Amino acid sequence: MDLTYTSGHDAFRAEARSWLESNVPAEPLASFDTKAGFDAHRAWEANLNEAGWAMVPWPKEYGGRGANLLEWLVFEEEYYRAGAPGRVNQNGIFLLGPTIMEFGTPEQRARFLPKMAASEEVWCQGWSEPNAGSDMAAIQTTAIRDGDHFVIRGQKTWASRGAHAHWLFGLFRTDPESERHRGLSFVLVDLDTPGVTVRPIEKLNGKAAFAEVFFDDARVPVENLLGEEGKGWSVAMATAGFERGLMLRSPARFQGTAKRLVELFREREEDCAPSVRERVADCWMRAEAYTLETYRTVSRLLAGGKIGAEASLGKIFWSELDLEMHELALEILGVQGELLAGGPSAEGVGDWLDGYIFALSGPIYAGTNEIQRNVIAERLLELPR
Amino acid sequence: MDFNFSEDQLLFQQTVRDFLDGECTTERIRSQWESDSGHDEKLWGQLAELGIPGLLVPEAQEGMGLDEVDAVLLFEEAGRAALAAPIVTTAAVAAPLLAALEDRALANSWLAKIAAGDAIVAVGHSGSPFVTDAHVSNLLLLPHADEIHALDPASVQLTHEPGNDPSRRLYSVEWSPSAATCIASGEAGVALQAAALDRGALASAAQQLGVSDRLITLAADYARERKQFGKPIGSFQAVKHLLSNCKVMLEYARPVVHRAAWSAARGAADRSLHASMAKIAASDAAVHGAKTALQVHGAIGYTWEQDLHIWMRRAWSLEQAFGKTAFHRRRVEAAVLSDEARLGPGETFRGE
Repeated sequence: MDLTYTSGHDAFRAEARSWLESNVPAEPLASFDTKAGFDAHRAWEANLNEAGWAMVPWPKEYGGRGANLLEWLVFEEEYYRAGAPGRVNQNGIFLLGPTIMEFGTPEQRARFLPKMAASEEVWCQGWSEPNAGSDMAAIQTTAIRDGDHFVIRGQKTWASRGAHAHWLFGLFRTDPESERHRGLSFVLVDLDTPGVTVRPIEKLNGKAAFAEVFFDDARVPVENLLGEEGKGWSVAMATAGFERGLMLRSPARFQGTAKRLVELFREREEDCAPSVRERVADCWMRAEAYTLETYRTVSRLLAGGKIGAEASLGKIFWSELDLEMHELALEILGVQGELLAGGPSAEGVGDWLDGYIFALSGPIYAGTNEIQRNVIAERLLELPR
Repeated sequence: MDFNFSEDQLLFQQTVRDFLDGECTTERIRSQWESDSGHDEKLWGQLAELGIPGLLVPEAQEGMGLDEVDAVLLFEEAGRAALAAPIVTTAAVAAPLLAALEDRALANSWLAKIAAGDAIVAVGHSGSPFVTDAHVSNLLLLPHADEIHALDPASVQLTHEPGNDPSRRLYSVEWSPSAATCIASGEAGVALQAAALDRGALASAAQQLGVSDRLITLAADYARERKQFGKPIGSFQAVKHLLSNCKVMLEYARPVVHRAAWSAARGAADRSLHASMAKIAASDAAVHGAKTALQVHGAIGYTWEQDLHIWMRRAWSLEQAFGKTAFHRRRVEAAVLSDEARLGPGETFRGE
């Protein structure tokens, strides 16, 4: 055990900090769930990519720095410390990108990764369907082989970032006779393909963040198949695996929120119920615990270890923590917590309300926390199905 | 930056686990409970052969010369086995306290006895009016104002205070401080008292990890075997989710305890804060684990005959040991809400 950074880590941190300090926009960008905000975030991503900071763990040939997971954690700490914009292409760079590196052909890597890193192409996910939510193996949308194309028919829904994205990745039933996990394939779909219709869905905050996607005999070339035909389930499981989960929700995000919560409480302690003090400190401790557990897990991975169902522990832990921190902030703010950002009296209120509404989705997306609890019970505690 | 334990550390842990699995049976614990002293001299001798009492005793005094990072896994095993032996006070608290004394002759003679398994040391601290296992001790270390006193247990009046965990017996001590018994005072005395509390909290936290782990295992084992409505109760989501919540708490307490051990071993500036965080997280996991394991067992778990309560009692008593949870929470709050606090991304390992 050695819980100190090397001088290499310190130098890497200093370089990232220095670049971010001079480049992060002074004013927060508009939400990437609006068209203007989406474009502003893409411009920021292009800027990041040009300087080689878009995806530091990626190999140099795809615009990365070949950094290991530990350096990735350091970069994330600096990114959140600097208050840099949210990652508009997170579904692409954090989830699909590593999956393409693992399962993609050299042609697919060259075709998709550089444009993904630059956010020239922004990706959305296509997992859920109207009748396949928590039960993802109930997918019905078919992609039937016809010569050198798949013909896709059916409907996806809750496609995060789907309202503005350019491409969709997801699971489709390539064997219409198949059931459950078998006969599914992982396919990449250009949303401009004829026969594809995107209908944005407004989220709880009124912004069009996700979408329904309808496929009416849309023809997609077979070279957009990722991994083997019929083996899509295992490709999808890799996408949902730990390293990707870590990338999507690295601890720095929650440490940043915990810090802001402590600051908010210190400004308004006199207005708070006595129990709030303890709860604020508890949230900070849990953000630290999430950080420590992530470093511990990364240490294990770097030593050749594997992570499986343990990812479910983390999903529950961070999503519940995030929600509790925002609930507590709104409790501290009281009536001011009702105010939308930008209103005449909303000065100093921050974006806790927006963050709260987002945090409410945490226990639902990426597999509900109830599904995660089943996974923990069945795979870590070996309870019967 | 590496959170992994070394091969040697893991091997030692496995050795201790195998030993305790074989020797520290629940039958033996129950017979300790029924005995007058609760102390098993043969077991203490076996622990001494493994080097447990002298883990932190310097090699010059025939100890193992290890540090808190080495020790943390072994205390976890002690909790997993519900070991009833005064190892926290003797090995984790008294040995480093003695090793830091100015009076080398006194320190070295006791350290050698601890390492040889010939001395049990009971330690009092300001967080409790009672001294655990004082009745079987050969030496008492007690705080008084800014001083620490070393006393022969035969020179004080001990009163047993029957408590909820027969494995950790509580005693009131009537004694009078004197110049002859004082072994540290002033700043040094205060620092030693503080270090003793932190070390005791850390070792108790490590035990709570093991207690929590065992409670979850016992409940999961039972949930696989016990059938109702024609199937194992562990197949019901209501039961699964109860136990999954315990597992989340345990796995997010573990690295907090390990980091506290690292900070203690390094003498890091934040070692007290980290010890408090460890004690809170591990105790919460164990106490929640106790309540949940009982619920999963149902009525059978509510009997004296079932072994479950051995670990339930340990979770409860360790929660009070070396600073109750509220004490440690107040310490964390004071640190986090101070002007000097360095919070936020990138600050976690700053003080290391």
